Amino acid sequence: MSGYMDGNMLGGTLGELFSMDVTGATGTCVSCGASWAIAQARVYPHAPGMVARCPACDAVLLRLVRGPGRAWLDLRGLTCLELAVPDG
Amino acid sequence: MARAAVLGRLTWQVGTVAATRDETATARTIVLDVPGWPGHLAGQHVDVRLTAEDGYSTQRSYSIASAPDGQAGRQLELTVQRLADGEVSPYLTQTLAVGYPLELRGPIGGWFVWDPAGAAAAPVLLVAGGSGVVPLMAMIRERAAAGSRAPFRLIYSVRDPGALLYAGELAQREQAGDGLEVTYVYSRTAPPGSTEPTGRINATTLASAGWPPEESPAVFVCGPTGFVEAAADLLVRAGHGASAIKTERFGPSGGQP
Repeated sequence: MSGYMDGNMLGGTLGELFSMDVTGATGTCVSCGASWAIAQARVYPHAPGMVARCPACDAVLLRLVRGPGRAWLDLRGLTCLELAVPDG
Repeated sequence: MARAAVLGRLTWQVGTVAATRDETATARTIVLDVPGWPGHLAGQHVDVRLTAEDGYSTQRSYSIASAPDGQAGRQLELTVQRLADGEVSPYLTQTLAVGYPLELRGPIGGWFVWDPAGAAAAPVLLVAGGSGVVPLMAMIRERAAAGSRAPFRLIYSVRDPGALLYAGELAQREQAGDGLEVTYVYSRTAPPGSTEPTGRINATTLASAGWPPEESPAVFVCGPTGFVEAAADLLVRAGHGASAIKTERFGPSGGQP
């Protein structure tokens, strides 16, 4: 039950890569079509890297690995990311 | 300020411990001076990184306990719960002292946040399990700092009275009578004289100490994963919309969140 955490914990590493907060973005699951804030994903932090899964169908949404001087971001489980972007 | 807190790539920076404050026998608040701190939103966290002399490095996430723009503007407070077998929390709660440097990055997170300007006067329900109260305390402090009159209800589940964080401050703020109500749920040992049974948060508590779904409250739940799952399930069953419930989980090895 407590083997996972949630997408809030991805914020630090994603924040190294992107100039805006991605955990508040809405992602759509390739597998079941449900839409969630990335913060709501179930995150298993003890796999090699961090694996975020859909809270509805458990399919992998994204995988994030941070190594020395490099990061790998696999977004295969997301069809779309919707971000709030301030204009101007 | 809100914009600064959510935009801009994160980099590590070094803060300096300005003060420490013991909250319980096993929890300590660390006040940090962080030059150039851009401000933050209530509910956000930071990542803290410790590096040993041999180069071994490890990091944890800790919720920010203070309201944005505290007295000094550049200060922030973290409250850290010591875990008996922890790798990072024993150092932060027992060794780290005033004047010590601490490497951190933040503020992090744009979803589990409460913004007094954006939320207007909508009622807010905060549900805390143990040290999950920390980011919710930032929201309570921000409410006061911003002069918000949004009605707040906090349901705070804790093992026993000795584990209560911010007990004095919560009592004081509640007594101010400006719209904050606090309900304590003791899972193991209640204070002497208490008539409430001990146990976990249940549907009855959420119904009597929370808000009815018709009031459309914003709901924030923070605690260990099992606690958050149970509380969120109860809230959904009570009729709260899943999209109105924001959750943050923390694990034994990951710190918080």
